[in-house]
Order: sequence, then structure tokens, then C-alpha cells
Amino acid sequence: MNSIENKDSLKAHLIADFQLSQAILNGKSTMPIHQVRSEAMKNFDKLGFPTIRHEEWKYSNVSNLIKQTFDFHTKTDFNKSDLEQIPLPHLNGNVLYFINGVYNAEISEISTPEDKLKVIPFSEALAQQPELIEGYFGKYANYQTDAFTALNTALSNDGVVVQVADNKVVEEPIIIRFISDARVANVGSQPRNLIIVGKNSQVKIAEAYRTVGDEAAFVNTVTEIIVGESAMVDYYKVQNESDKSYHIGTTQVYQKGRSYFYAATATLNGGFVRNNLNVVLDGEHIESHLYGLYVPNGKQHIDNHTLVDHQKPNCESNELYKGILMDKSTGVFNGKIFVREDAQKTNAYQNCRNVVTSDEATMNTKPQLEIWADDVKCSHGTTTGQLNDEAIFYMQSRGIPKKEAIRLQLLAFAQDVVTQIKIDSIREYIEALILEKLEAA
Amino acid sequence: MLTISNLHARIEEKEILRGINLEIKPGEVHAIMGPNGSGKSTLASVLAGREDYEVTDGSVTFNGKDLLDLAPEKRAAEGIFLAFQYPVEIPGVTTINFLKTALNEIRKYHGQEPLDAAQFLKRMREKAKLVKIDDALLKRSLNEGFSGGEKKRNEIFQMAMLEPSLGILDETDSGLDIDALRIVAEGVNQLRNENRSFIVVTHYQRLLDYIVPDFVHVLYKGRIVKSGTKELALELEEKGYDWIKNEVDALEVA
Ligand SMILES: Nc1ncnc2c1ncn2[C@@H]1O[C@H](COP(=O)(O)OP(=O)(O)OP(=O)(O)O)[C@@H](O)[C@H]1O
Ligand SMILES: [Mg+2]
Repeated sequence: MNSIENKDSLKAHLIADFQLSQAILNGKSTMPIHQVRSEAMKNFDKLGFPTIRHEEWKYSNVSNLIKQTFDFHTKTDFNKSDLEQIPLPHLNGNVLYFINGVYNAEISEISTPEDKLKVIPFSEALAQQPELIEGYFGKYANYQTDAFTALNTALSNDGVVVQVADNKVVEEPIIIRFISDARVANVGSQPRNLIIVGKNSQVKIAEAYRTVGDEAAFVNTVTEIIVGESAMVDYYKVQNESDKSYHIGTTQVYQKGRSYFYAATATLNGGFVRNNLNVVLDGEHIESHLYGLYVPNGKQHIDNHTLVDHQKPNCESNELYKGILMDKSTGVFNGKIFVREDAQKTNAYQNCRNVVTSDEATMNTKPQLEIWADDVKCSHGTTTGQLNDEAIFYMQSRGIPKKEAIRLQLLAFAQDVVTQIKIDSIREYIEALILEKLEAA
Repeated sequence: MLTISNLHARIEEKEILRGINLEIKPGEVHAIMGPNGSGKSTLASVLAGREDYEVTDGSVTFNGKDLLDLAPEKRAAEGIFLAFQYPVEIPGVTTINFLKTALNEIRKYHGQEPLDAAQFLKRMREKAKLVKIDDALLKRSLNEGFSGGEKKRNEIFQMAMLEPSLGILDETDSGLDIDALRIVAEGVNQLRNENRSFIVVTHYQRLLDYIVPDFVHVLYKGRIVKSGTKELALELEEKGYDWIKNEVDALEVA
């Protein structure tokens, strides 16, 4: 089942998979959700996987991904004792585990009472409240022209549905861990998460992605977040996946008036990573903050695409992405800001800063501002530089060894993003991973 | 303690130090003066181990060790401290954390245990008083957004913390107002003792009124062309460098 070398083998495999899933629907195929899935599959079939001729995929070549095959229905015996392999110290709050895209209730723990917060696997939500899912499924993330989102929409297995009631402050964070168990064979998963936050409510959510095992893993994930009026949502995405993993992820955010959305995406490891973070500001007096940090080494490739879509007046968005690129790694940042005709008095800021520590590492940045309103304040900037030798010599002259001086400088560089993360266990985890990575350099 | 013999150094293709000889004994203060571009900062940097400069000839021994053989951090651990003419800003690293790391690295080099938080804090309080540096400043990123005077004071504070045996002050007086100059000079004077030596690079007699040197040297075109006692500095203050330049240039032509 592994690596049948054929240019289109993955596509063929997925289409066959879909036909199989249709065959066992037994008449349920007329349900609206299955209509959406069918349509998504048709779109995927038509679109195919993107090539580097596609403007959005110019620097991210998926050709190595699509000539492999992955088993999307791997049985796994991953259990509690296996968690020791993937420590995440001081974890508390609501912690959910998905192994190869399937919810594992046995090792998950939900502590917040149901009147505030409902956290249920997507599969259960679909069985229990199909009308709820139907109200949202396919309405936000773009499965018309984005091939990977179309694929996820057609075939997503499991994930989580988070519902925060109106006027509630959820104190305990929600931490969702997605683990690819690639110990036996190439494994694929397509998590689908839906997060609905009621008006005036507050919640912090983290998604943490991880691989175990030496075979290849493919994660094609879609998360949709609906931020109600005057709600506040913190969303963290932490990626620590193997060098043989491919991660394509879309986070689609829809913000209503006076809401506040705060995202930090930290990519510590992953062979090939593409993150799309799309935020639609559909109301007035909205604030959106987007932070990102990526620290590739070896031959890792990390691509962050962001889209901030200002549709209404009097909103503010602020974006800071930072990268440390080592060895032969490559990075991509593409940041789009749209300011629609209605969106007067918009303040939109974007900044992407990178340090490249090796001659063989490369970073491609592309800010893309499209402004149709006339009374706006927008700014953007990107920098890619080397280590500051003056600063390193200064530190050495005080007794600090060169390696340590470099490490201090890079840690300090990463710090403005790391400190944005308000879930202590997640922030400490990221700090430890950065340290470990810089130490190995 | 420090012996510099026939030191030649260049950067890229340009020869900047062209045969420096200098002997410094424990407890001595040597002032180095000289016109702009004569090589004073270069000498200081070569002693501290900046890699941009290539030593092409000569030797430097420090307490019996071949200094030129050591990495900059090892030189620091051996007791050399350079107060920079232009201190570097390091965003995201507080002065406190920076010094804690530096101090403990130096202690490690000497096989000593790291200072614990309380010991470190105590030492910091003590030394901060010496140069009247504000606690709030030490909690900020190192030198970032510091005024010129604050940066210089911070250099002396760092020197006080690290207690080197040879302090090299590269124009620590420039950019200081009269009060700050006095504070910095007093700080240095309190660090003077029979084992600790200083090289004080300056353009002004002003500083030497406070930090009285044992010897004064004039550096010109990469060589020490005149040495004397503190009276030489007074003479330079009065007459400028032209008479020395003329003497040297005449010899070079001849
Ligand atoms: N990185 C460099 N590249 C090229 N030339 C340099 C470099 N650093 C120093 N120099 C040159 O070396 C010479 C000596 O410079 P240095 O900074 O040592 O002088 P200085 O005596 O300290 O002068 P000042 O009194 O202005 O501080 C100058 O001509 C300077 O331009
Ligand atoms: Mg100088």
C-alpha cells in the first residue's frame, strides 16, 4: 500500500475512497451534508492537486505528496501508555485526543460543565445534531476553488465541534491533540473542526499536531471558527510533526461585530507544512490579531498564507509573523489584506520578519494589500536578515560562548510571538521545543 | 600582566595596526590617545578578539597565556573586558538576564557553581549603586532605546559585575554630560586596585582629571608614537596632535 510511484496515485486513491463511502450511505445520501460532500468531491476531481503553476502554490510543491498513497482508515492501537512518547507537560483543562483523525474518548478529558461548553467529536455531533452541523458545514471554508478544502469537505473523518454558549467565560482551555500514528504504514487523516462561540463569550483553544513513527503522514485539516458578537477567542495552532509528514491546514474564521480574535500559529517541526489562516471581519469594531512563528531546519518547508478580509468599517487587524530558518529549510509567507469598499476607517497592519542562519536556507515573502476603501490606515513590511554579528561579538566579549550567544539572540527574536500564547502549558511546550531545536543547531 | 609585541593587524586589505608594543603591569592605568582613525578602537577590538581583524604579525600575552589563541568568550573569562565605543542594542534580552548568563558562563569556566538568584541580585544592587544606574533600566532589553549616556553607564555597570582584571574603556566618556562623566569615572576609580589594570581610550583630558593614568600613549597610524606620564595628556590638550603628526610624518618621508 506504500508509495506506489505514480503521479496521480493519491488522487485516484481518494476518489475511490469516496465512492466506497458513498456506497455504504444506504439512502442517507440525500441528506444535505452528503449533498455538500458530493459537490465537494466533484470540485476536487475537477481542480486536482495544485501545481507550482498555481499562483497560490508557486513556492510550495506538493508533487512529492501526491505520488504517495496513504491509508485513511488505519487501525491503531495507540493508547494511554503511548502518550509518554509525546509529552506535553502541565496539560490541564479540556484535553481531547484524535488518533489518525478518530476521537479517542478513553484518553480524552473534558472538565468544563456542559452549560458553558460542549465539546464533542464531529462524528457524534453529526449523529446527534445533524441540523446544527448542516447550518455551518460548507458555509465558510472555500471548497469551491481550494482543492485541499474540497477534499476535506468530501472526506473529513472526525474532529471536534466546540460550542460555547452565550455570555459565558470558559476559564479552562480546550486543547485538541491530533496524533498521526505512522508507526506501521503511511497514514492519512482529514480532521474537520467546527468552533462556534456565542455572543459575549470567551474561550481559549489550542490545536496541537504531532506524529509518531517513521512512516509518512498526511494531515489535511480544516477548522472553522465562528466568533459571535462581542466574543473573544484565542486560537493557537502548534505543529510538531515529523520530517516525513505533510500538513495542509486551513483555519477559516468568521467574526461578527465587536468581536475579538487572537491567533498564534507556531510551527516547530514538519516536513512540508502549508497553513492557510483566513479571517473575515463581518461587522464593526472588530479586532483581529494574527501571530506566527516558524522554525524550520534540515529540509523542512513551512508555508503560511494569511488572508484578512475587512468587510465593514471601524475594524482593526494586526499581524506579526516571524521565522528562523536554518540549514536547507525553506519558508513562505503570503499575507493578503483586503479592505472592501464599505470598510472605511480600517486599521490594518502586517509585518513579517525573518532570520536566515544559513546560506542554503531561503525565505519567500509576499505581502498583498488590496484596498477599495479610501479612508484607511494600512501598513506592511517584510524583512529577511542574517544573525547580527555585532550583537554576537558583544555577548562573547562578556563571556558568553558563541553558540549560546546565537541561541540567546534567536530566542529573543522568537519571544514576541511566544509571549502571545496565553495557555501556559502550550507556551512552555513551544519554548522547550524552540530551545531544543536551537540547541541542536 | 599584558604584553603586546610588534602587533600588526589588518581588515580586508588595509593594515591598521602596524607594530604596537605595550607592557601593562597589574594595577596600572594606561591612557591611549590619538587622532581619529589612528587605530585605537582597532587595538581594543583585537585585544577583545573581534574576528573581523586579521592579526598578521606580533603577539599578545595575558597572564602568561597567548591571548590571540583564545576565543572572545575565553578572553572574557580570563579577565578581559571591553567597554564598547558603540555599545550594541540587543532586543529581547534584558540586561539582567544577559549578565546572569555572562557571569555564570565565566564562573563555569573557572569551575565555580552558578550564583543563585539571591546572590546575583545582591551583587547587582551593589554594583548598580556604583554607577547610579536605575533598576528599571536593567529590566529593559539590553541597550535598546537607551540614551548615549545610559549605554555608557551600562558598560561600566557590566564591568563592575564581571570584575575583570583588565578593563579596556573605549571612549567611555564620549556622549556623557559632566555629571555622568563624574559618576562613570568614580565608578571606575572604585574598581581600581593593585591587581586590576585599565586601558583608557579617550580624546579628552577631562576624563583623565578623574581617572588619573600612570602612563599616556599616543597612537598614530597604527603605532604608539609617543609615551609619557599624565603630563603628556595635558600637553596634547594644549597643543593638539599636529606637532606629533609632523614629527612622525617627517620621519616617514625621510
Ligand atoms: N570594518 C572596517 N572596514 C574597513 N576599515 C575599517 C574598519 N574598521 C576600522 N577601519 C578603519 O581602520 C582605521 C582605524 O579605525 P579605528 O576605529 O581603530 O580608529 P580610532 O582610533 O578608534 O578612531 P576614533 O577616534 O574616531 O574612534 C580607520 O581608518 C577606519 O576607517
Ligand atoms: Mg575609536
